[in-house]
Amino acid sequence: MAEAHAHDDHGHDHSHDHAHGPDKGIMRWIKTTNHKDLGTLYLWFSATMFIIGGLMSLAIRAELWQPGMQYFDPELFNQFTTMHALVMIFGGVMPGFVGLANWMVPMTIGASDLALPRVNNWGFWILPFAFALLLSTFFLPGGAPAGGWTIYPPLVLQTGNSFPLLVFAIHLMGISSITGAINVVVTILNMRAPGMTLLKMPLFAWSWLITAYLLIAVMPVLAGAVTMLLTDKYFGTSFFNAAGGGDPVMFEHIFWFFGHPEVYILILPSFGVISTIIPTFARKPLFGYASMVYAMGSIAFLSFIVWAHHMFTVGIPLAGELFFMFSTMLIAVPTGVKVFNWVATMWQGSMTYETPMLFALAFVFLFSIGGFSGLMLALAPVDFQYHNTYFVVAHFHYVLVPGAVFGIIAAVYYWIPKWTGVMYNETLGKVHFWWSVVWINVTFFPQHFVGLAGMPRRIPDYAVQFTDFNQISTVGAFLFFIGQFVFFYNILRCALWRTGMKPATARVWDGAYGLEWTVPSPAPYHTFEDPPHVTDAESPWAH
Amino acid sequence: MSEEATGRKGARRGSWKLAVVVLFMFGFGFAMVPLYGAICQLTGLNGKNNGMLVSSDVKERVDSDRIVKVQFLTTVNGGQVWSFSADQAQIEVHPGKLYTVYFDAKNQRDKDVVGQAVPSVAPWNAAKHLHKTECFCFSQQPFKAGEAKRMPVRFMLDPQLPADVDTVTLSYTFFDVTELAQQNAPKSSTEQQTISPKS
Repeated sequence: MAEAHAHDDHGHDHSHDHAHGPDKGIMRWIKTTNHKDLGTLYLWFSATMFIIGGLMSLAIRAELWQPGMQYFDPELFNQFTTMHALVMIFGGVMPGFVGLANWMVPMTIGASDLALPRVNNWGFWILPFAFALLLSTFFLPGGAPAGGWTIYPPLVLQTGNSFPLLVFAIHLMGISSITGAINVVVTILNMRAPGMTLLKMPLFAWSWLITAYLLIAVMPVLAGAVTMLLTDKYFGTSFFNAAGGGDPVMFEHIFWFFGHPEVYILILPSFGVISTIIPTFARKPLFGYASMVYAMGSIAFLSFIVWAHHMFTVGIPLAGELFFMFSTMLIAVPTGVKVFNWVATMWQGSMTYETPMLFALAFVFLFSIGGFSGLMLALAPVDFQYHNTYFVVAHFHYVLVPGAVFGIIAAVYYWIPKWTGVMYNETLGKVHFWWSVVWINVTFFPQHFVGLAGMPRRIPDYAVQFTDFNQISTVGAFLFFIGQFVFFYNILRCALWRTGMKPATARVWDGAYGLEWTVPSPAPYHTFEDPPHVTDAESPWAH
Repeated sequence: MSEEATGRKGARRGSWKLAVVVLFMFGFGFAMVPLYGAICQLTGLNGKNNGMLVSSDVKERVDSDRIVKVQFLTTVNGGQVWSFSADQAQIEVHPGKLYTVYFDAKNQRDKDVVGQAVPSVAPWNAAKHLHKTECFCFSQQPFKAGEAKRMPVRFMLDPQLPADVDTVTLSYTFFDVTELAQQNAPKSSTEQQTISPKS
């Protein structure tokens, strides 16, 4: 080690300076450049945001318990729908996946840390400021942004004092995501252990490599779009102002050019997680490894040419409707390949049903439901009926909650024994799973029906015939939310109150392969300072 | 271990390259503005048409066999600043012939305002076949308090208008641009043209 250190000029590893382990106290977390510490911080941040965003969704569901106005005026209701989306997407799901990437990308490719540890620290610590800015808008005169998370002008330009805070918060989130993404790309491309070729790389790392490229490509476009909104409001430009020669429809094009790749950013890391978990508990190597990689690549490519399927009703010509309809339906092909491969991996496997596997199975089933409703929405002629109804709400919550969020939960259950050195409580895990999977369906399945029957989204009041389904939905939402505290208790036990918990072995799961399982549990503060030797035994997916 | 050192060097180089990609994509977001304008202009999408034609360039070639209905729509954006209407809701025209129609607008406020009419043509494939030699939408229209104006539009439908089009709708939306006009007022008056819409 010391010998090697002498040869490093300025490319030395920061962690070498602290080979004795982490600092003590709060400064450890503020100054840390360790990928495991930052991964932990990201995950706690994500959990906090899930609770805040979840509380907003409960406010929404409470108001929708019955027709008429109950608890909030419509303006505050709109603030809740807008902020719920922004907090969940940019505060819950994205930092959750970045946290997993921090922990697991270096450990699965045999790197000692991410390539840019200080950038990593900075990327995390601007997030609390971004969300302090965003959430503080609730306390400003005029309240929080209420124009929907899609921030369409001219509506969003009517936002009051909170508008510049919204724009700067989005800028900060964008900077955080972009730095994180650059870090992941350069780590994967430059720091893999010798012998780990790209096509031997575990699929979680692959999913994040592709996600990171998407982030680098589209987050700057969002930054540009909100900058244009800002100058339109305060500096007299007319990018989206029809009176000055601009066009509000153009905003929708720019926004969804960001927005559609963004929704794959929210799901691709889950694909990676599920592709890791299913082979472990089916005790078979993943079926069709290479096709999984190519499928994710195809999905990423297609995400750039389908954006206008979000705007079938703005008046695009027939040729455009057809192009975006067919290109969108094409995405079902690589997605179908992935679902097929997951099922084929389980075929004739010796399956066991530990909590991570249960969440992975629910993911495959429920994400497919969300995928199918997406296929329905892709059909331009029928989209005119579905557009802006609760059917859309049901669709994207099916792909985001049992999709992205179940992916994060499955990953936490799967890897937490490695992180903390103790097994979580399996019984509580199973309770959490069955509770969640029942109530998430109770919450969102009825929304398909009210949507098809014509209930518009983003509305605090509704026609009286939708009451029954809305009440079912509200009951489901409250019970789902309460059940998540079983999960938080379980992971808090593992992280903080380990007494009485069963210690984890290094391998943890007997069907698990990959470099992360070759280090002890809990994973030492520094791993793979000497690059590991990559054997075929630890990458059985690659042939 | 020297492998790791080269890895870190490669990572640093890679990061700068990716930072350039980030800047490029930030610029690309802005580049979509002229790109979108160009595509709309080229295809007539979004009801944008070619803008003003100089009268001397217009050669009338009347296709007296064909009759096309032209409908006029008037809208005032956000509130009741003006009353705004067309003389006739609909006229029948021959392609290739110049017509003049009049629009009436009256400022209903007791203060001065500046208006800008934004045109749109439907269906989209008719947009580039509608030629205007004179339109109040070409420039901003100042109104004194309570002032009424009678404003002409002189237009011609191109004889090459697709055969399936039998009705063309020309709609104008009046926007209150008083603030926008004041912000740009210190500049010379010719520059005011730059903020008026392309058509």
